[in-house]
Amino acid sequence: MIDARNIILETGSLAAEGTYNPGRPPASIKRTPSGVDGLTTEHLIINMGPQHPSTHGVLRLVIEVDGEEIVAAETSLGYLHRGIEKLAESRRYEQLGTLMDRGDYVSGIHGEQAVALAVERMLEIEVPAKARYIRTLMAEITRIASHLVWFGTFGLDTGAMGQFLYAVRDREVLLDILETVSGQRMMFNYVRPGGVVADLPVGIDAMIRSFCDGFDGYLEEHHDLLGGNEIFQHRVKGVGAIPRDTALAFGLTGANLRATGIGFDVRRDRPYDAYPELEFDVPVGTIGDAWDRYMVRMEEMRQALRMIRQCLDGMPEGEHTARVPKVLRVPEGEIYAATESSRGETGVHIIADGSVNPARFHYRSGSLYACQVLEEILPGHLLADAVMIVGSLDIMLGEVDR
Amino acid sequence: MSPLLVALLRILAALGLMLFNGVILIWMLRRVLGHLHLRYGPIHNGWQGLLQTPYDVLKLLTKEDVTPSAVDRILFALAPAVVFTPSLLAYAALPFSGTWKITALDTGLLFTFAALSIVPIGILMAGWASANKWSLLGGMRSAAQQIAYEVPLLLSVLPIVMFAGTMNLGTIVEAQSGTWLGFIPRWNILFPGFWPTFVLFWIAGLVELNATPFDMSEAESELVAGFASEYSAMKFGLLFLSEFSNQFVISALGVTLFFGGWMLPWVPVELVAPFAPFIFMFKVYLGIFVIMWIRGTFPRVRIDQLMQVGWKWLIPINLAWIIVFGTVWKLFTLGQGVS
Repeated sequence: MIDARNIILETGSLAAEGTYNPGRPPASIKRTPSGVDGLTTEHLIINMGPQHPSTHGVLRLVIEVDGEEIVAAETSLGYLHRGIEKLAESRRYEQLGTLMDRGDYVSGIHGEQAVALAVERMLEIEVPAKARYIRTLMAEITRIASHLVWFGTFGLDTGAMGQFLYAVRDREVLLDILETVSGQRMMFNYVRPGGVVADLPVGIDAMIRSFCDGFDGYLEEHHDLLGGNEIFQHRVKGVGAIPRDTALAFGLTGANLRATGIGFDVRRDRPYDAYPELEFDVPVGTIGDAWDRYMVRMEEMRQALRMIRQCLDGMPEGEHTARVPKVLRVPEGEIYAATESSRGETGVHIIADGSVNPARFHYRSGSLYACQVLEEILPGHLLADAVMIVGSLDIMLGEVDR
Repeated sequence: MSPLLVALLRILAALGLMLFNGVILIWMLRRVLGHLHLRYGPIHNGWQGLLQTPYDVLKLLTKEDVTPSAVDRILFALAPAVVFTPSLLAYAALPFSGTWKITALDTGLLFTFAALSIVPIGILMAGWASANKWSLLGGMRSAAQQIAYEVPLLLSVLPIVMFAGTMNLGTIVEAQSGTWLGFIPRWNILFPGFWPTFVLFWIAGLVELNATPFDMSEAESELVAGFASEYSAMKFGLLFLSEFSNQFVISALGVTLFFGGWMLPWVPVELVAPFAPFIFMFKVYLGIFVIMWIRGTFPRVRIDQLMQVGWKWLIPINLAWIIVFGTVWKLFTLGQGVS
C-alpha cells in the first residue's frame, strides 16, 4: 500500500504567510576552510553540468561541497538561449505559436494557448465552444505526455532505468494521438488565435478513449513501481522541502507551488478556454518536499485523464475556429495572458504598437523560477539529493533559457 | 608435465574463463535489461546479437588510449591492473566440480574474500589519479562502502563455516550432498538456520559488487561515470571486465555456499560428476540473472543510508546471529564429537 501522505484535493489560497528571510549569505565562491584536529580541510567546488546526465539538458550548477554535503550552490543559465523573445518582435502574431513550441518543447500546446489567449483578448475575438474544448483536450493530453517525461527522467535520476522506458511506451501512444490531430509530434503549431488550425480527425475519439482506458491501469502500475518502492521513498521523503514563504518569494507556480500546500492553479483561479465548464480537483501537498511534488504530479495525471474524458463527452458541435483576418493587426496596448502549463504558469506579456508584430514580447515560464530556488534549498543536502531535487522540480531548460 | 607448466595452464584457463565470461555477461546484461525495459537490446550482429560484444571488445582494443595531461601517470596506468588482477585471483579457489578447480585451498573462502577486498584499492587509485572531482568522489565512495560492507560479508558466512567445519569450498559443496529426512536435499539454503545468513550474504554481496541498488561509486546519474570517467580504450575495458568478473565470483560463492555447488538435488553424485561444470555454470548464471534483474528494476540508495544500514544494522545483526547460531549449534552437537 502506498503512503499517500495527505494529498488533499481542492483547497488553499494565495495569501502570503509571513515574509521571506533568506537567513544566510548568498552563495559565493570558497568559504573559510574548516579545520578538524589541526588538519586543514578544504571545500571542493564542483561543476555539475552543463554536460551532466542529471541536469535535464544544459543546466549548470556550481556546487561547493564539504565531503558529500552541499555548502552552497549557484545556478548558471543561458546555455540554450535562442533569443525567442527578440525573435518574436520580427514575427507576425499568428507565427508566435511556433516560437512558444520551441520554448517548452515537451508541452508546446500550453505555450501556444497562452499566445492565442493574449491575441484573442486584445482583438476581442469570440472563440467557438468547439475550439475551446479541443484546446483543452489537447492541453490535457500534452500535460500527461509531459508529466510522463518528468516521471521517466525522475526514475532515471534515482537509478531506476525501467521507469523511463515504461513511461516512454505510454507517451508514444499520446504522441501518436497528437500527431494524428495536429500533424506533428512535438512542435504542433496547432492552437492559433481564434481557435485551432484543423478540426479533430475522424476516429480520434475512439483512439483517445482506448488510451484512457489502458492508462488508468498503467498509471497505477507506474506509481506502484516507483512510488511504492521503499528505496525510492527513502530517497525523496523530506528531501528538498520548500517552505511556503520561500515558494511564494521565489515565484514558484504549478506543481512545485502546490506541493507546498498553496492551491493556486491558473486553470481554476484564472480560468480560460473550457476549464470553467469542467470538473476537476487541484491536488496540493503539505510540506513541499520531493515526495509531495511527486504525489501532486501523479494526481495531476489522474485529473488530466478525468478532464480528457469530460472533454470527449461534452464536445460541442460547430466550427473549430472563429473568423479571423489572414493578417492580424493588433491595436496599441499591452496584455498578459497565462496558462497552466505542465511546469507552472506559462504566460506571455505582449506590448502591441498597432503593427503586425509585437513591439515587445515577454515569456514567463515556471521552470526559470524553479531554477532560482535551487540556490536556496540545495545547501544542507547531499550531492545525491541535488539530483533528486533538480529532478523533482521538473525543470525544462528550453523554457528557462528561451 | 612439470608442475610449473600445469600451474601456468591453470592460470591461462582462469584468464580464458574470465574473458569469455565477460563477453557473455555483457551480452546477457544487454539482452536481460532490454527485455525488462520493453526493448530488444543487440539483435543484429550474429545469432541473437551474440557477436555484438566481440565487436565492442575489438573497438575497445583499437581505440586510442587517452591519458589526460593532469593525471598521475603511474597510478593512472596501474589502477586498472590493480582492479583486474584480484578479480582473476578470486577464481583460484572456486570448485567448478569435484575435480575441476584451479587449486584446492583449505582456506578457499577466506582467500576469495581477501582477493575481492583488494579491488577497492584499485578503484580508489583510479579515482585519485584521474584528477577529476567526480572520479575522486566515486573512488572515495567506493572505499567507504567497501570498508563498511567487507565486515558483514565475511561475518555473514561464518555460520556456514561453523556448520561445515571447514573453509575449503570443495568440502563445503560435498557436505551438501544427500538428503535430510530422505527427501529434502541437503542444500544449505533449504536449512532454515541459513535463511538469515543468505539474506545478509546477498545484501553485503551486492554492495561488494557495486551493483544496483548500491552502485554508489559509478552512479551515472550523480557522478557521471564515477572512477571510470577519465578512462578510455582497454584500460576502461579492464575496469569494466573486472566488474563482470566479480559478479561471477560472488554468484559462484552464493551457489557454492547455499545452492549445493555443482550438484543436483536427488541425483547421485556419480551421475552428476561428468556434467558438473555445466551445472555449476548454469546455477551461477541464474544468480547473475537475478543481479541483472535487480539492476533493471531498482532505484539507488543514498550513500549515507547505505553506511547507516551497514554499520548500524548489518554488523550488529550478523554478530547477534553468529552468537545465536553458534550457541544452538554447539548445544545440538554436544557429545556427538563434533567440535
